[in-house]
Amino acid sequence: MTNHWVDIKNADLVIIMGGNAAEAHVCGFKWVVEAKEKRGAKLVVVDPRFNRSAAVSDYYAPIRSGTDIAFLGGVINFLVTNDKIHHDYVKNYTDSTFLVHEGFSFEDGIFSGYNAEKRSYDKSTWNYQLGADGYVLTDPTMESPNCVFQQMKKHYSRYTPDVVSNITGTPKDRFLHICEMIAATAAANKTMTILYALGWTQHSVGSQNIRTMAMIQLLLGNMGMAGGGINALRGHSNVQGITDMCLLTTNLPGYMTLPNEKEQDFTAYLAKRSPKPLRPNQMSYWQNYPKFHVSLMKAWYGKAATKENNFCFDWLPKFDKGYDVLHMFERMHNGQMNGFIAQGFNPLAAVPNTKKVADALAQLKFLVVIDPLATDTSEFWRPAGEFNEVDPAKVQTTVFRLPAACFAEEEGSYTNSGRVLQWHWKSADPIGESKSDGDIVASLFVKLRELYAKDGGAFPEPILNLNWAYKHADEPSPEELAKEFNGKALVDLVDPKDPTKVLVKAGEQVPSFAFLRDDGSTSCGNWLYSGSWTQAGNMMARRDTSDPSGLGQTLNWGFAWPVNRRILYNRASADLAGKPWDKSRTVIAWDGQKWGGNDVPDFKGNEPPENGMGPFIMNPEGVARLFALGRMAEGPFSEHYEPFESPLEVNPMHPNNPLARTNPAARVFKGDMEQFGTAKDFPYVATTYRLAEHYHFWTKNVPLNAIVQPEQFVEIGEELAKEKGIVAGDKVVVRSNRGKIKAVAVVTKRIRGLDVAGKKVHTIGIPLHWGFVGVAKPGYLTNKLTPYVGDANVQTPEFKAFLVNIEKA
Amino acid sequence: MALQSLDIKQRSATTTPSPSERQTVEVAKLIDTTRCIGCKACQVACMEWNDIRDEIGSVDGTYNNPTDLTSASWTVMRFYEKENSSPFDLEWLIRKDGCMHCADPGCLKACPAPGAIVQYANGIVDFHQENCIGCGYCITGCPFNVPRISKKDSKAYKCTLCSDRVAVGMEPACVKTCPTGAIMFGSKEQMTEQAEHRIGELKGRGHGKAGLYDPAGVGGTHVMYVLKDADDPTQIGLPASPTISALVSVWKGFAKPLATLAMAGVALGSLFHYVTKGPNEVSKEIEDEIEKEDAQ
Repeated sequence: MTNHWVDIKNADLVIIMGGNAAEAHVCGFKWVVEAKEKRGAKLVVVDPRFNRSAAVSDYYAPIRSGTDIAFLGGVINFLVTNDKIHHDYVKNYTDSTFLVHEGFSFEDGIFSGYNAEKRSYDKSTWNYQLGADGYVLTDPTMESPNCVFQQMKKHYSRYTPDVVSNITGTPKDRFLHICEMIAATAAANKTMTILYALGWTQHSVGSQNIRTMAMIQLLLGNMGMAGGGINALRGHSNVQGITDMCLLTTNLPGYMTLPNEKEQDFTAYLAKRSPKPLRPNQMSYWQNYPKFHVSLMKAWYGKAATKENNFCFDWLPKFDKGYDVLHMFERMHNGQMNGFIAQGFNPLAAVPNTKKVADALAQLKFLVVIDPLATDTSEFWRPAGEFNEVDPAKVQTTVFRLPAACFAEEEGSYTNSGRVLQWHWKSADPIGESKSDGDIVASLFVKLRELYAKDGGAFPEPILNLNWAYKHADEPSPEELAKEFNGKALVDLVDPKDPTKVLVKAGEQVPSFAFLRDDGSTSCGNWLYSGSWTQAGNMMARRDTSDPSGLGQTLNWGFAWPVNRRILYNRASADLAGKPWDKSRTVIAWDGQKWGGNDVPDFKGNEPPENGMGPFIMNPEGVARLFALGRMAEGPFSEHYEPFESPLEVNPMHPNNPLARTNPAARVFKGDMEQFGTAKDFPYVATTYRLAEHYHFWTKNVPLNAIVQPEQFVEIGEELAKEKGIVAGDKVVVRSNRGKIKAVAVVTKRIRGLDVAGKKVHTIGIPLHWGFVGVAKPGYLTNKLTPYVGDANVQTPEFKAFLVNIEKA
Repeated sequence: MALQSLDIKQRSATTTPSPSERQTVEVAKLIDTTRCIGCKACQVACMEWNDIRDEIGSVDGTYNNPTDLTSASWTVMRFYEKENSSPFDLEWLIRKDGCMHCADPGCLKACPAPGAIVQYANGIVDFHQENCIGCGYCITGCPFNVPRISKKDSKAYKCTLCSDRVAVGMEPACVKTCPTGAIMFGSKEQMTEQAEHRIGELKGRGHGKAGLYDPAGVGGTHVMYVLKDADDPTQIGLPASPTISALVSVWKGFAKPLATLAMAGVALGSLFHYVTKGPNEVSKEIEDEIEKEDAQ
């Protein structure tokens, strides 16, 4: 979330799209209720199903799964055509006036630079025009056809209400009504918040779904505002934490990046990540990258990391490609992996195409499962009738189950969706032989290090020299780890302006990442978390609910990254002169000398507004990007592409260009393309989701959850049910080209056939949870049905839109 | 809410006067159906606090689960789908079902077992299973079809409004757990005020028919609902104007002396039955008897 949970209450309009907050984020949904009651906010829900969020909404519109970009592109077109944008904001806080590279083009669904064979783009034209001084060229009148605003206007002008309705199936009147509600928040003192989750990410165009809404929020001037922002609701209590710590295989903690195989030179590696400002007097905060990176390497390698050896740069892996989960299982499936550690992860249930995953696991020599529960993955070899058809004689894998402690059996930090780190305390000892995840991994490491020391190995240095200065090598305490990620001074840090003044003494915790240095004099495990455990103690353990502004900022509750800032980009909540756009919801303001208010300024604290520094300090432009440059895999603007399994034979936006039917930059492995089904055999759109009564696959082990939602079911509309002779309570079989499941039919008014491109498209809703392990009634793993393809940028699988058929069992 | 006395205001099949010296505030639970998302956290909290576990059942083609109130499910969510003027103008009405804790409780009136059903001075209607004879009259007496007889012990069970929690100044478990604040608890007066506030907000949002469900036919209830459309409570599964069954009035009126006579016979008979066949048979006997009574 750019904002945070409590801040939802400050919104005038709450949009839930690509998520179902009432279902999947039951507790946080209270802030939506609060916004409605206290501010009179309106709630709009756009979803293929009239879901639990819709049940308490003010307005609902259906949408065909996988067509969000068409809907949102239509919103952009509506806002621009009807001049419902926040002009001062768009002109000054975005790149709308910037001139785009003359070679940039977009023809029939494909941007300039496409290589069909490699399914990827040469992005050199996805750029701004630069002057001789290295600064970007602009047209403040925004009239040049080459400026970002005009390019954007032209790009989305194709998304007329009729085109949108034709693709999405959303009735035109409902689409336009929502456009008008959204447009009302273009007023400087009105805000809209958007709550999304996996309903946007789990598509082959997932990242672009989110980006399109980010553009809308910029056009409306809602970024940085209380009650605004782009708010990803995370599905597990600490999944934001794992993301911050380095979720993607090509990342380092704190969203730093690993070098790729071509980046063997340390100086060039750092320079590329420390961009010079693209306009005069911009902060371009990533210029501090070397300080964060070197401090990370000092945390990892201690004394072994020296200036002379480039702080062990050579020891970092240099990636050839991303080793995301789809890629991992593809390699496992091809027999290219020997072992696999599944920690807090149930891939047999959670990865698409269960058959492929099961076949892959059977080829491993060993599988280690670290989990508090017996998972389906740990028993993938066990036949369980129709629910797990496997021949154990054909499985050679040795499975080790290492029982892990449950969250309440250890202390540590949680980072919630709103980037707030909260310390939690242990309430019971781990049961039996179980240990905390940290202790298990530490013990494994210590053993491996012993083996490397004894037997050597191909490349022992990074293992043998890893800084492991914990009191108990097998059991690093959460406190030690937390202090490590905050960072400390390794020598006395003196004021550069006054060398007699010591800012931080050697060995002390640094107060924030502003004290980190690139000369090896500081260490820090994750610069974003710096400030969470300072010399003053554990900031994450603070529990002060004081809220002087009434906005719910509670700056002394826990610690929010970065530097306890609750609303990101909050400089943009004030106008050019530093006055809040909405005084009643002041986040920060300029008082003539400094920035201050109800949050930690996301800006240089004493920078006068008249000097023209932009509010988006992480970008070298100083402004936000409507034009994404080369940062996205499939284009600087978003475009509607059909899901890989679509009921339509062509993309209605580009009926004559098969290359642009589906995401042209998405990766598809050999063999998986052939496993995609077609509408001829599988005429219905399916979408998977979880239920409020359950927690992912875990609560199969909990009787209470099984009691309140006991049996596997699928949801279908009344019209389709009638066509198929299915009545509520019947057993049905749902098939995709990869597998089948059997379940009870819930027949409902809440899912209806939609009129799409001249045909009726029906949707089948498929909740997940069931499997063959646990106390709940056994059921089928839903991912027996889902396709093995992901988002082109981060490879999140397309669980939300695929094709199935249904019949009475 | 301060500590509550558990003074008994009414007691089934009892004529001795009730204590009335201590001043106890009348309590109420207010369920705002317009804020309810049907997450069933209240069902789980109810099972946990009261140490009851229903069976892992099956799906009947809806989200209702367990599909009905049982002796181990004292509250269940009921989902109702409604289509308005156009196909996508939908409503998914969700109601937490359970005991309404009527001011004039039909169950208590109907109950022939002394002290099996009591009404505390704070308004809570509670079943005391140790006194229950499993006759099921409370079911006949209830205008909301709430009590259920256990298959294990042939006793009647229902929501206690967490009388144990309320007695020590706590809110019922469902109220505490409700993540959206759709279930509220306080004095009946406070809850009525709160309801007015909520109804005002709903009317301002265009729901002109919003209103409070606190039916006069049972003397008002200690569980009240805020409804989006109070003109027609039946669309969310509530009786439009609930009253105590005529059968119970008959039973309490001229038929009572006859029935008492019959009950004495039954009680005697039941003793033999209990010894020889066990409790299930007894309740069946009694049911037959009441049917005979009803026919008169």
